[in-house]
Amino acid sequence: MNAGYNFAYLDEQTKRMIRRAILKGVAIPGHQVPFGSREMPLPYGWGTGGIQVTASVLGPDDVLKVIDQGADDTTNAVSIRRFFGRTAGVRTTTRTQEATIIQTRHRIPEAKLREDQIIVYQVPQPEPMVRLEPSRAETKRMHALAEYGLMHVKLYEDITRYGHFATSYDYPVMVNGRYLMAPSPIPAFDNPKLHRMPALQLFGAGREKRIYAVPPYTDVRSLDFEDHAFQPRRAPHACALCGSRSSYLDEVVTDDRGTRMFVCSDTDYCAERVAEGQKEAAE
Amino acid sequence: MTVSPHLPLPSGEGRGEGGHALTQPSPEGRGLAPPLPPDTLLSARGLSLRFGPITALDAVDADLWPGEVLAIVGESGSGKTTLLNVLSGRLRPDAGTVSYRDPAGDLHDLHQMPAPALRALHRSDWGFVHQNPRDSLRMRVSAGGNVGERLMAAGSRHYGSIRAAAIDWLQQVEIEPSRIDDMPSTFSGGMLQRLQIARTLVTHPRLVFMDEPTGGLDVSVQARLLDLIRTLVARLGIAVVLVTHDIAAARLLAGRIMVMQGGRVVEQGLTDQVLDDPQHPYTQLLVSSVLQA
Repeated sequence: MNAGYNFAYLDEQTKRMIRRAILKGVAIPGHQVPFGSREMPLPYGWGTGGIQVTASVLGPDDVLKVIDQGADDTTNAVSIRRFFGRTAGVRTTTRTQEATIIQTRHRIPEAKLREDQIIVYQVPQPEPMVRLEPSRAETKRMHALAEYGLMHVKLYEDITRYGHFATSYDYPVMVNGRYLMAPSPIPAFDNPKLHRMPALQLFGAGREKRIYAVPPYTDVRSLDFEDHAFQPRRAPHACALCGSRSSYLDEVVTDDRGTRMFVCSDTDYCAERVAEGQKEAAE
Repeated sequence: MTVSPHLPLPSGEGRGEGGHALTQPSPEGRGLAPPLPPDTLLSARGLSLRFGPITALDAVDADLWPGEVLAIVGESGSGKTTLLNVLSGRLRPDAGTVSYRDPAGDLHDLHQMPAPALRALHRSDWGFVHQNPRDSLRMRVSAGGNVGERLMAAGSRHYGSIRAAAIDWLQQVEIEPSRIDDMPSTFSGGMLQRLQIARTLVTHPRLVFMDEPTGGLDVSVQARLLDLIRTLVARLGIAVVLVTHDIAAARLLAGRIMVMQGGRVVEQGLTDQVLDDPQHPYTQLLVSSVLQA
């Protein structure tokens, strides 16, 4: 652990400020709470919001897991894990089951999360209606009055142009029947996992200076039409490594002649299944 | 017909036919606003608004009955668009009230209404047609999505029925139903304006505010649009407040007319009466300056 830094990098007053924003977010599920986002030693877009939220909820006994696009071994995951290893000295892990805090970019783990876990999402754009209504003042008013018809215009356009909901990530959800929320760029496939999740879900957007939260066991519904139900989509293949037919798959191009393979995006889930398979084969 | 603008004339009083209060307000009559008639849709009393040294509205009274078209005419800067914005609750006056009667018959003071209620009114019971359709249309959303937006805002969540309503309304405004999935940017100026009208009328509003709906269109397109507006308004029984500088459009569409100059209503009455026999020198000037083709 590096000397000269406060525990988990941020000073205590900043952490208190962020905790207050988190508490407010938990009290109003799905509502975006402004907070004084700090400069972090990594660029915007790399998870400055998530890292500040994690720093504020992290304790010395916590076990941290960091996911980037489902993987534990990509640049973003490795550097954030190492950052907290050095500034907080906490134990880190790649195992979903062992972690108490999971910071994630673009995925929710395949394994079911528990009540004693917190999942922290890195959010680039907290405002779900930003592409439809550019004015912040106006979207704030729309949230306040729960005027969300505009979001359905977007869904209407999807069906009209593509015949189905073409929004494949950051698919808008209604939280607790009240607030429209951007679930961060997780695939729409992961949206059902948000619904009544036992773990506390925190969302941090560093550049946009917003924090929001979904408390455990809160209703989270994906928007849809009565005659066009929301359908989580995944590539119609089995994982090339573990053979899973239910996990979310990444398409990996393996040469320059168009050969490709589909593998689980959740590397921990995949590795666990491969290990189990080998154990069974050995027995 | 030659008219001297300096002709000494009584100021349009005594045009009381038709049962409507047509007396024009006098400056000293501010405290003695006429009582609200019992059956109006929208009533304004003593509206005044100043922008710094400029008087935009000076003690303006107005009444609108259900299903009638009221034209507000005047030259640029006469306060007609300001009046439209105040009547529709988009702009708060310095003095005066605007009362709106909801379908249940209850009166609401527009500028005392809570913001959510006023926004709900604008989304459903009212409509606003802008001079430039690009101000109101979503240019990156297909024609069908534009027409369906108000339905979705009102809570409609059935794709099929939204689409059916959009097709129906495109036909009503004489746009080919096959263009439903096209972007508004591929539409001509006249089509855009008709699309805006479809988008506004889809929720069957009782009251529509129109700000120069034919402005910026060429003459043949204007004629077709005016004809369309007249047909739709008559069939659906919509009340319209129409702001225009085009006397011909006012004559074609409006049952009653208000002539504004310098923020004041200088003359009002039945359209044909006012335009055929203008009493106020300014109205006489306005009527005489219409070009005859």
